[in-house]
Amino acid sequence: MSTIARDPSPYTAPDRYVDRKRYLWMLSVVWPAAPLIGLYLVSVTGWSVFYAFTLVVWYAVIPALDVLFGNDPNNPPEAAVARLEADRYYRVLTYLTVPVHYASLIVSAWWVVTKPMAWWEVVALALSLGIVNGLALNTGHELGHKKEAFDRWMAKIVLAVVGYGHFFIEHNKGHHRDVATPEDPATSRMGESIYKFSLREIPGAFKRAWNLEKVRLERLNKGVWSLDNEIIPPLLITIVLYTSLLLAFGPDPKLLVFLPIQIAFGWWQLTSANYIEHYGLLREKMADGRYERAQPRHSWNSNHIASNLILFHLQRHSDHHAHPTRSYQSLRDFEGLPELPSGYPGMFFMALIPPVFRSVMDRRVVGWADGDLGKIQIDGARRKKIERKFGAASHRPTRAAAE
Amino acid sequence: MARYQCPDCSYIYDELRGEAHEGFPPNTSWAQIPEDWACPDCAVRDKADFIPLDSGEVGEEAGPQSGSGAER
Repeated sequence: MSTIARDPSPYTAPDRYVDRKRYLWMLSVVWPAAPLIGLYLVSVTGWSVFYAFTLVVWYAVIPALDVLFGNDPNNPPEAAVARLEADRYYRVLTYLTVPVHYASLIVSAWWVVTKPMAWWEVVALALSLGIVNGLALNTGHELGHKKEAFDRWMAKIVLAVVGYGHFFIEHNKGHHRDVATPEDPATSRMGESIYKFSLREIPGAFKRAWNLEKVRLERLNKGVWSLDNEIIPPLLITIVLYTSLLLAFGPDPKLLVFLPIQIAFGWWQLTSANYIEHYGLLREKMADGRYERAQPRHSWNSNHIASNLILFHLQRHSDHHAHPTRSYQSLRDFEGLPELPSGYPGMFFMALIPPVFRSVMDRRVVGWADGDLGKIQIDGARRKKIERKFGAASHRPTRAAAE
Repeated sequence: MARYQCPDCSYIYDELRGEAHEGFPPNTSWAQIPEDWACPDCAVRDKADFIPLDSGEVGEEAGPQSGSGAER
C-alpha cells in the first residue's frame, strides 16, 4: 500500500523480503503513552476535552483510519520467518512498552491528586488509561507466549499494571487449548451480548488459571499458596504497585475512584477482545472425542493495517491461534479466513451495542458455517430466536452446549 | 529413553530430562504423562499429537515457522 513508508534500512537477506512495517511497529510502543499525550494537550491548550483524547482516538479515529488505509498487503513468506523471528529488534520493542505502561499509570495518578479536576474529567482520564491498560494485556500476551524466562517475567511485570497476572497462564494453557469450544469461557457464543459474556469470561478465566496451576503444583507436591504458583508473583507486584501509589499520593477520594475505574476498563478491553475474536465459532469433535485442532478458521481475523500497527499484529489472530509461539512480526494473513469488518477498536465499540453487533456479525457466523447452525456455538437463551431467523439446525447433532 | 516432539511448535519432551516446571522429574516416561497433557509451549497440540523422535533427529516440519496456512 502506497501509504506505508518505505523501509529506509538497507536490510537485505537471502530471502529478499523487506519488512516495510519494521519501523512502523514503534507505534505500538508510543500508543500506550496516549493518556500522557492527552495530559500534555490539556496543559498546553487548557481544554479539558483532551482528558478523553485516548478514548476518542481509540473508538473513533482508529476505526476511521482502518476504513481509510484498509487491508495490509504485507505478508512475510515462509523463507523470511526464521530471520524475522531471530531479529532482536522486534523483541526489544515489546520490552520498551513495559515502562511506558508504568509511566502512564504513575503520571496519571499524580495528575489526579495534584491538579484541580472535575469528576467527569477524572472518569474520562480513567477510561483513557483503561484503554491503554488493555494494551498492557496485549503486550503481556505477546511476551507471555515466548519461551524465554526473561520474556515471561516481562509479561508478568506488565500484566501487574492492570492486575491481571493470571492472564498468561489462563490464555496460553487454557484459552489456546479450549478455544472455539463450549468449554472455553473466553470464546463467546452467537447471540450472547458482551455484557452477559463478561460475567462468564472474567470469573471463568481466573478459575481456569487457578485450576491449571493447582494441577501443575500438585504434580510438584506443592500447594497453591506458594511463590511457585505463577499467579502469585504478578499479584504481589500489583499489590505493591497500588499500595505504593496510595502511600505516595495519599488516599485522595478522586484517586480512590480513578484507580478502580482504570483497572476495570482495562479488563473490559480484554473482555472485548475475547468477545470478538471467536464469536460463535466452534471446532468439530473428532471420532476419538477430542476436538479438531485449532485452525486459522477458528478465529476471526482482521488484517486492517492501521489498528494492527498499534496492537503488535494481535488482529492477525487466525495465524496466532494456529501457531501461538510465532512472534508478532511474522504473523500472516491468509485468503478465505473469517474476517471482521473492522479492526478491533471499531469492533469493540460495536460490541457495546449488542443489536448492532449481532446485525453485523450473526450473518457472518452463519456464512462461516455454510448455513449449518449445528456447527455454531449458540447462546441457549437466544437459540429459538436465531433458529427462526436463520433456519433450524440441520440434521447434524448440535454441539453448542451453551444451554 | 525416548523423545517426543510437538508437531506444531518444535517443543521436545525428553524422558531423560523430564520437564521440571510441569512437575515431571528426569526419567519420567512418556507413559506416565497424563493423557490430557497439552504442549507446555503452545498448548495447541496434546500428548496424543506428539511425534516420537528417532535418536537425535528433529522433525522437519517443526518450528514456529511451520504451517503453510493452508491447513483449513
